[in-house]
Amino acid sequence: MLQVKNLHASVGDKEILKGLNIEVNAGEIHAIMGPNGSGKSTLSAVLAGRDEYEVTAGEVVYLGKELLELNPEERSWEGIFLAFQYPVEIPGVSNINFLKTAINERRKYFKQDPIAAKDFLKMVKEKSALVELSDKLKNRSVNVGFSGGEKKRNEIFQMAMLEPKLSILDETDSGLDIDALKIVAHGVNTLKSKDNATIVITHYQRLLDYIIPDFVHVLYDGRIIKTGGKELALELEEKGYDWLIKEEA
Amino acid sequence: MAYSEDDLKQDLVDQEYAFGFTTDVDSEKIPKGLTEETVRIISSKKDEPEWLLEYRLNAFSVFQGMTEPDWAHVTYKKPNLQDIVFYSAPKPKKELASLDEVDPEILKTMERLGISLDEQKVLTGVAIDFVMDSVSVATSFKEKLGELGVIFCSFSDAVKEHPELVKKYLGTVVPSSDNYYAALNSAVFSDGSFCYIPKGTKCPMELSTYFRINEQGTGQFERTLLIADKGSYVSYLEGCTAPQRDENQLHAAVVELIALDDAEIKYSTVQNWYPGDKNGLGGVFNFVTKRGICERNAKISWTQVETGSAITWKYPSCILKGDNSIGEFYSVAVTNNHQMADTGTKMLHIGKNTKSTIISKGISAGKSHNSYRGLVKIGKGADNARNFSQCDSLLMTDTCGAHTYPYIECENPSAHLEHEATTSKIGEDQKFYCMQRGIGEEKAISLIVNGYAKEVLNKLPMEFAVEAQKLLEISLEGSVG
Repeated sequence: MLQVKNLHASVGDKEILKGLNIEVNAGEIHAIMGPNGSGKSTLSAVLAGRDEYEVTAGEVVYLGKELLELNPEERSWEGIFLAFQYPVEIPGVSNINFLKTAINERRKYFKQDPIAAKDFLKMVKEKSALVELSDKLKNRSVNVGFSGGEKKRNEIFQMAMLEPKLSILDETDSGLDIDALKIVAHGVNTLKSKDNATIVITHYQRLLDYIIPDFVHVLYDGRIIKTGGKELALELEEKGYDWLIKEEA
Repeated sequence: MAYSEDDLKQDLVDQEYAFGFTTDVDSEKIPKGLTEETVRIISSKKDEPEWLLEYRLNAFSVFQGMTEPDWAHVTYKKPNLQDIVFYSAPKPKKELASLDEVDPEILKTMERLGISLDEQKVLTGVAIDFVMDSVSVATSFKEKLGELGVIFCSFSDAVKEHPELVKKYLGTVVPSSDNYYAALNSAVFSDGSFCYIPKGTKCPMELSTYFRINEQGTGQFERTLLIADKGSYVSYLEGCTAPQRDENQLHAAVVELIALDDAEIKYSTVQNWYPGDKNGLGGVFNFVTKRGICERNAKISWTQVETGSAITWKYPSCILKGDNSIGEFYSVAVTNNHQMADTGTKMLHIGKNTKSTIISKGISAGKSHNSYRGLVKIGKGADNARNFSQCDSLLMTDTCGAHTYPYIECENPSAHLEHEATTSKIGEDQKFYCMQRGIGEEKAISLIVNGYAKEVLNKLPMEFAVEAQKLLEISLEGSVG
């Protein structure tokens, strides 16, 4: 589904990704772990198409297409979803209106008619139940006045509504208490299928108790320095990153 | 009776009339320039009574002693009044029985704005009084309103049919001497709308008037007078558009609202006069004086969506004279390219327990300047007056400007005043968030801006709110920096 080859990316003069390689296939969950400043959030931003990041070398192929040539909304329409580390507030735009616009813009791209109100509402009801999002929050302005946990649940709700092929969860566990974490993980696990894939970016092993990865990658200084199974996460939890960094050096 | 040859002749004459419309509306003009003679000509063309001519002449003499104000945060080349035609009227035609008979040229302009007249007529029951250039060419729903005693007609008709009302109220809220443009308007106003709601009557439909500038180089001096008698209610909509022009066009309207005891007036405006091109060439100069007076327990609510005009100078205000009266001002002003807007409100608290609310949302893009200018004045006798003001500015680019000039004068210690102001730049984060969800940049901006302005848009009548949202989107097209 996704092949990232020798990816180099910079912000201003600073190179952050320095030859990153990763391959993700349908049906897989990949966890990317690493210390602060290793380039985790840069990777998610580059994949989603944020323009502050300049790709200086490398290639990203997504479902046979050159991903880097698509603009952010085209990537979204093609099935890439980024759950933001810091979900953005949009005052005056209701959550529901926001999602309806998003869904209809994608339908327009695929030359489909706008979604019928009845179908949309049915979908909202079904998907919001998944992350226990209350009716109140559905009608409120996007993320305005949401608690940290509500914002993250809202991200997963949006993910469920947009039915992406490749989801990237950027530090979705940060700021979540254990109950919210379980709800979020439940949502992600329920949405998992043999046709979609998930990249979970996280600091902590904790989330991986609930979302079981097929692969764990360690990102350090802009490169993947180690790849393993789910047991690698446990090892990291126990020993930290230092031993790997030393090994690398 | 047998069908005679004479009947046939008559039928043919009538028929020719019915099909005799031309698409370019002919206008009857007077020579350019402004002198006392101009004022006399206008008055005589309109066959006005002596008292109105005197009113105009007084205003003209006041006007001659005034200079054009320059305190607003706008710069422009002052129009040469000697180069303006002060009166133009479509040639008289057969009275129109229904909207279907309206000049197709007018309908075309309306449709470009996305307003289908037929649709409005059917769906909303809106009575529409066209002001095409200076003389009303069609009035509808008059009969239905007539049954309730509601008078809704052109200003000229009101002068003829209800002179006592016009004479009693004209100039009572905006005196001729009020300001330069009001004085000018009082001297040369050509036509406008008149509305009277009788005691205790709730006007069953939204009243609306479409203003349009049609003739190149013709100034528009509209006069609106709206009287809500005791305990009545009316919602009035005003929307305007002007076709593309290279020359600046002067528009100096005066609107006076009178809300008697326990009456309520809701006055909504969507203004999209031609704003000039991308380089700031052309566009309408919109210098408007709008003011209302509230008697006991009365309420006046101004809602405006301002997207057009090269220069806007406009402060819809409320004089809260009666005890317990309420004034409201909700405004969205959008400026793009080289547009300049200086707009806001004055809330003058005179009566006891008077309340006012001001919500102003400025949106600036391109190289435009957008200013909020407001005055909240609490008089000595205005015990327990309350005001809440919120003035927000949203910047779309680094090259535009937003300015806020809130003035407060308080002479009564029991007043309760709150003021909030924010300035923000449209967030890259917000845009990216939308784009990541599949909402492209232009659409994202429209969504964010409409969200920002929602508090005000929500105050508009339903069918106007949709139109206004479209307008914001169109006005900001290509503003992405």
